[in-house]
Amino acid sequence: MQIREMEEAAEVLRISTVKAENCMQCGKCSAACPAGARMDILPHRFVWELMNGRVSLLAKSGTLWQCLSCFACSARCPRGVDPARLIEAVRLTVIRRQGANSINVDELPQVIDENMPQQAIVSALRKYNK
Amino acid sequence: MVYNYYPGCTLSTKAKKLDIYARAAAKALGFELAELKEWQCCGAVYPLAQDAIGERLAAARSLAAAEDGKLVTLCSACHHVLKRVNADMAANGEICAKVNAYLGEEETYHGQTEVWHYLEILKREIGFDEIARRVKNPLTGRKIGAYYGCLLLRPAGVMQFDDAENPGILEDFIAALGATPIIYDYRNECCGGYLTLTDKQATGEMVGRVIASARQKGVAELITACPLCSYNLEVNALGTEMPVHYFTELLAEALGLKEEETACR
Repeated sequence: MQIREMEEAAEVLRISTVKAENCMQCGKCSAACPAGARMDILPHRFVWELMNGRVSLLAKSGTLWQCLSCFACSARCPRGVDPARLIEAVRLTVIRRQGANSINVDELPQVIDENMPQQAIVSALRKYNK
Repeated sequence: MVYNYYPGCTLSTKAKKLDIYARAAAKALGFELAELKEWQCCGAVYPLAQDAIGERLAAARSLAAAEDGKLVTLCSACHHVLKRVNADMAANGEICAKVNAYLGEEETYHGQTEVWHYLEILKREIGFDEIARRVKNPLTGRKIGAYYGCLLLRPAGVMQFDDAENPGILEDFIAALGATPIIYDYRNECCGGYLTLTDKQATGEMVGRVIASARQKGVAELITACPLCSYNLEVNALGTEMPVHYFTELLAEALGLKEEETACR
């Protein structure tokens, strides 16, 4: 199981193209994150857990659905690590499985009002569903 | 001068004002936006993973369709996606090869098109000094805050739009129209984006902080280039509110086009 998880972590790192080993755990990404207050695993911790192969823990994390890809973490990292790409890569390992979509499209009409731009709907479906 | 123009899905429906005033102002300033004949939705979010090829195809098709020069955008999300996919096509060999294999066109596309935001045309091709000279109704005395959000600025290396931490292009634009630009803390923080669908409370808190920060510095109205920022600021802000306009609306107003345009419709 441990070996399998390390392989999964290696795949996540590969598709993210991020050099996570450069992370020095300074926490600047987490301090910059506007959604951090609602994350169970903060961005710097997310990088740490991934470096230690704990993909199954991260796959269950609420952080996947709170990250907005605003790239504040990536912009402010002093070591060129890009936490937003790592979070996206783990999110993809989750939603790329059959039946793992995060948004139930049948319920969408209830939350869409007449002024909501298409951009919101397309973005959310790209991030949460496959 | 005629530029290829990519409006994107939202500008022909929920964000018509962003589009209509941009076209009217362009005409008054001596250039034309020629809409691409066949554009597709850009996907709204840039696909971050190296193996997300399918998600890059629509953007690549539009970029390739505008191969003879510049492609102008207005929506922050479209601009972000097109600019970053274009950078991939120019510098990421694996992505470029796989996207071209899917597209199956005779001529391969490798990032030749230049992606320009409308604001960049105003600044670099027309010039804010020239715009200031063309202003008929100066917006004197209005205290306006520029809301940049995330997508125009970051990542700075690819977007090359402005200083990502201390931008000035929108403030220069506001000043050119005769108004007073006000700098406030949260002008380049996230609006909460697509969380409006899944966690409205979170979005509300984020835009609430943006507006509170603007108000504290004396801002009376905000301008943006992004339909989703505009929606979140107007609809979701918790415990506060502030008028929000597209930057093109302000431009049309200062150029004396707003009344004309409204009368036409």
